[in-house]
Amino acid sequence: MKKSVFLGAATVATLAAGAAMAGTADDVKARGKLNCGVTTGLAGFAAPDANGEWKGFDVSMCRAVAAAVLGDPNAVEFVPTTGKTRFTALASGEIDLLARNTTWTFSRDVDLKFEFIGVNYYDGQGFMVPKELGVSSAKELDGATVCIQTGTTTELNLADFFRTNNISYEPVPIETNAEAQQQYLAGACDVYTTDASGLAATRASFEDPSAHILLPEIISKEPLGPLVRHGDNEWGDVARWTLNALISAEELGVTSANINDIASSTDNPEIKRLLGTEGTLGEMLGLDAEWAQRAIAAGGNYGEIFAKNIGEDTPIGLARGLNAQWTDGGLLYSPPFR
Amino acid sequence: MSDVSFVRTEMLQEQTPPASEVGIIGWVRHNLFSGWFNSILTLISLYAIYYVLSGIVPWIFQSVWNANSLTECREIMMATWGSTHGHACWAVINDRWLQMLFGFYPDHLYWRPILALVLLLIALAPILYSERVPSKLLYLTAAYPFLMPFLMWGGTIWGPISAALGFVIGWGVYTVLSKQLSGLLGLVLGVLATVIWWLVLSGYVVGAMDSILPIGIEAVQSRQFGGFMLAILLGVVAIGVSLPIGIVLALGRQSDLLIVKYLCVGFIEFIRGVPLITLLFVASLLLNLFLPPGTNFDIILRVMIMMTLFSAAYMAEVIRGGLAALPRGQYEGADSLGLNYWQAQRLIIMPQALKISIPGIVSTFIGIFKDTTLVSIIGLFDVIGLSSAIRADTAWNGIYWELFAFIGALFFVVCFSMSRYSMYLERKLQTGHR
Repeated sequence: MKKSVFLGAATVATLAAGAAMAGTADDVKARGKLNCGVTTGLAGFAAPDANGEWKGFDVSMCRAVAAAVLGDPNAVEFVPTTGKTRFTALASGEIDLLARNTTWTFSRDVDLKFEFIGVNYYDGQGFMVPKELGVSSAKELDGATVCIQTGTTTELNLADFFRTNNISYEPVPIETNAEAQQQYLAGACDVYTTDASGLAATRASFEDPSAHILLPEIISKEPLGPLVRHGDNEWGDVARWTLNALISAEELGVTSANINDIASSTDNPEIKRLLGTEGTLGEMLGLDAEWAQRAIAAGGNYGEIFAKNIGEDTPIGLARGLNAQWTDGGLLYSPPFR
Repeated sequence: MSDVSFVRTEMLQEQTPPASEVGIIGWVRHNLFSGWFNSILTLISLYAIYYVLSGIVPWIFQSVWNANSLTECREIMMATWGSTHGHACWAVINDRWLQMLFGFYPDHLYWRPILALVLLLIALAPILYSERVPSKLLYLTAAYPFLMPFLMWGGTIWGPISAALGFVIGWGVYTVLSKQLSGLLGLVLGVLATVIWWLVLSGYVVGAMDSILPIGIEAVQSRQFGGFMLAILLGVVAIGVSLPIGIVLALGRQSDLLIVKYLCVGFIEFIRGVPLITLLFVASLLLNLFLPPGTNFDIILRVMIMMTLFSAAYMAEVIRGGLAALPRGQYEGADSLGLNYWQAQRLIIMPQALKISIPGIVSTFIGIFKDTTLVSIIGLFDVIGLSSAIRADTAWNGIYWELFAFIGALFFVVCFSMSRYSMYLERKLQTGHR
């Protein structure tokens, strides 16, 4: 009873917040800054550097939106959020956009009243084991001790996977990724399981990364995407099509290096529409014609952002995999700019 | 009579005590090897101390100070000592120590928090060492609560001046009305006038004055506060404000006025019954949902208020313990001198009760200071929050002990100083009653 009263009050407050802020895009323009929720620190995705400047894969999404809407990729106020505070921060209007490696799930989309604007990283839960264990498949992990973060979806996925394969395991509950790394290295568990991108980042920080392998099985779907509040479709469109512009730019071969040349010289009508030299797509979004040019110039197209922050040349060293363009056998598929 | 005496008549020459009983050897024999059992214990303890130090000392001192990433650190270690184990990589501290101290505070403005800290120490001097410094410094102490926010947040100078004016207005209303009407009515109206000034009028006055005479320094957003500076800021405010509130609550709890008493009891028991982390979540999440959208209620201010209320509740109980320890005769003695309630409290009761409570008060201070690290859970970048942010940088991913050792050292210095000061204070106020 108490809980429902509380939730009711919270809902009313949230609805009031939503109603009063009908135009997030207008608010952002009036403020001159985009309030973007990011994680408090996840290698490759978002972290402040020694000068306090935020860098990372999710951070680039915030900068692209800021560049599209405000014309300045640095006009972003980064609001660090934890796993517990992120949704309230968005619902209450403290932030305009949440780009915090958040898994798109039914209940978050429908029940929590958010709008996922797309997927910027297709992740999945994987396993890391020491090479000397001599295991090549997760199905051989019968009886293994597994380090697992408590209270996450990974915990439930793990239980499902071992039950469906009819093998047993012994969980070693841990609280944070930092603790997990220590426990795993100290040999408190045979296996560490979390999102594959996190495993790759963790492995990269080891003294001898080659002594550990990631098993081929990916046991869950974790589509990570930026999200906005329900009920402000104009703002949702701006964010969604900024992400699509980055993805389309890669597909069409537009990079931050050649964007100025291409904008003036191209004959490809789709590129012309994307870059605003033809058509009125920007106007339809409530922005100017060159919004997508600025978004792409801010940090590059999707491929450039990926390569710079988490790609194979970085210490994290993630392969494109599912995150390749559909033309390369991946899942990235932007609707056409038409 | 015989000459033979059965008692020695002349004194023996004084002799030096045996070498085994004095000096270092004597001390060692008495304290470390006074029996076979104690000798074994001594040897075991010595070995344990050696074992721990032999690991820690080389780790601390055979270390890398200059590197740009953990990988580089490890390469240097391999090149120098042939192993990466047992060597600290202090390069991360070298790289990020300013960030760990100041958070994202703009680096050309570092002098402001430093000045605020120096002024804090000067402003505290007349309170902490009242007999050694000129009492004129008390004016600085009185001005400090307004000076500090101005230095830390910057902005227009009229904000702090207007806040101070609130107190002047309240005091003015109180003195005028308490003479003409009753004292209690004057107090209530005085407080009311102050609150109205702060909440309603002060905003317009500050705006008007700022447009007439714009004096100010560069403003810094709360979002940029962080690091150890944030811990000190939250700690100082919580400590400084909770002591007076705690005293009032403790007196209120013992009051004969029913409403006052139950308000105080309710407040103390409620706050003490709720974990601090819950209060912090209320500050960071619930208030956001309940306040009208667009309200800009500073997150650090919210956290400050919650931490202050939290420590005030504990403080009230510590001081109540001191009050309860005073013999009844002290209260009766005060009454027999014809002192009124506040005079009795100020001159007789509180000086003794506070002296008794010093260890408990300082424990609460130290506790709340260390509790400031909990703000990392609600996404503020204090030192703990920053340490995980630094780990999220690909250059430093995988570094733990160096960061935590640095943070531990920072906190130890402050907490140990507080603890030593409290022992000094106890000795100074020792009047031989115990």
